Amino acid sequence: MKTFSELGFPGRLIAVEGLDGSGKSTQIHLLKRWLELEGVKVFFSEWNSSALVKSATSKGKKRELLTPTTFSLIHATDFADRYERQLVPLLRAGYIVLCDRYFFTAFARDVVRGCPPKWVRGIYNFAALPDMTFFFKAKLEVSLQRILEGRPQLKYFEAGMDLHLSADPYESFRIFQGRIIEQYLAMSTEFNFVVIDANERVEVQQQIVRQLVQNRIDLAHYLHQPSVEQKAK
Amino acid sequence: MKKIPKPRKIRSQIVVPTTSPKKWYGQGVPGVELERLTGKLFVVEGADGSGRSTQIVRLVEWLERSGHATVQVGLKRSTLVSEELEQAQQGNILSRITLSLFYATDFGDQLENVILPALKAGFVVLADRYIYTLMARDMVRGMDEAWLKNIYGLALVPDAVFYLQTSPENLVQRTFCKTHALDFWESGMDLGLSRDMFDSFLKYQSLMAAQFQRLQSSYGFRIVDGNQSVEGIYGELQRDIQEVMKGG
Repeated sequence: MKTFSELGFPGRLIAVEGLDGSGKSTQIHLLKRWLELEGVKVFFSEWNSSALVKSATSKGKKRELLTPTTFSLIHATDFADRYERQLVPLLRAGYIVLCDRYFFTAFARDVVRGCPPKWVRGIYNFAALPDMTFFFKAKLEVSLQRILEGRPQLKYFEAGMDLHLSADPYESFRIFQGRIIEQYLAMSTEFNFVVIDANERVEVQQQIVRQLVQNRIDLAHYLHQPSVEQKAK
Repeated sequence: MKKIPKPRKIRSQIVVPTTSPKKWYGQGVPGVELERLTGKLFVVEGADGSGRSTQIVRLVEWLERSGHATVQVGLKRSTLVSEELEQAQQGNILSRITLSLFYATDFGDQLENVILPALKAGFVVLADRYIYTLMARDMVRGMDEAWLKNIYGLALVPDAVFYLQTSPENLVQRTFCKTHALDFWESGMDLGLSRDMFDSFLKYQSLMAAQFQRLQSSYGFRIVDGNQSVEGIYGELQRDIQEVMKGG
């Protein structure tokens, strides 16, 4: 498996991973704002967001039709749609692509749901590795609190209720997230995760993230070029 | 003297099929006990116009008359994604890997929600196409065979797979008899083989046949000459299915 830079793509892909409530979405949002305001060509893509696939996913979730296998396949379909139609073309055009979750999310979740690890990884082997992957490591309790404060009711799949870990959604969520974190930690070395202490203040984390991005990627290469007409003026 | 018609003999003897051990092609579906799948899974493969659907209708009738509970599955029939898949195909808006995974999702849904429960209940499942068409289509489009084999490693090995091998010329004639129009996808128009749909259809169907040849060696289809009459094909299928049911 190779990264986009190793494959000779002009663009770079940065992914964030972590539990729900780890603050990763906040961090990648701030990273995106910084880059775009600095004039960098940047694109943001979110897990499970492709329009067509989304309709099937939400139907499946609403009716609780999904099994671990179809849950895995439908998320892979969503990923492939974004990958083929957006990520790859933009990376070919020299963009910095930011992904809120990448295939590691599937590697962690689907395996916790009981899918064979080799099978899940095989499905995603059409995709290249991110050039940088930040893993936001928060204390389980902190993540849980953040999620639970934000929403009074946990969703069925989000709480891992399909795994029948506990009849109590909160207890189920706790056990489920605990298992996901184990999977993430097991992948951390293998995939070179940059581990960020998500218990730190937002600004402290963002400072580290920006610094590391700047060290690893020569951002000056990724600025929007003034158009030909603008140059002429 | 009045002729008394000889009463037709009504048979009521039902043959209970033998149970044979099932297996997965690869990793399979997690949490399924294979020993509990006591039903039978038969697959009929072949291009559009090879007579698949006609044969399945007749087989269902025969099986039910013989006392076997029967369920049918086919491509693009899942509750989960069939609508979206249809929509995507109409608009030709998804790229290759995405479409392929969408079909795999459709298959997975039917496998877990229809095929496996039916087999558990001791039904005979007739599949109007299975993973092989999906794999052949993608292989014609240059996708990685190992990648496909991994995905469809979730599939159950059927008790028998019949491939109705029909010449492209016959397929054209039969399709025209039915609809007077060639289908965009069945003609492989997305491949740009020819701008002429008729030429494209012939070329595409030959490419598909070649991929089925390749798959035959690893998946062991029973090849049935699809150029025969409906009766001829039916006779062969019936004989083979009967044999498998008896454990032959």
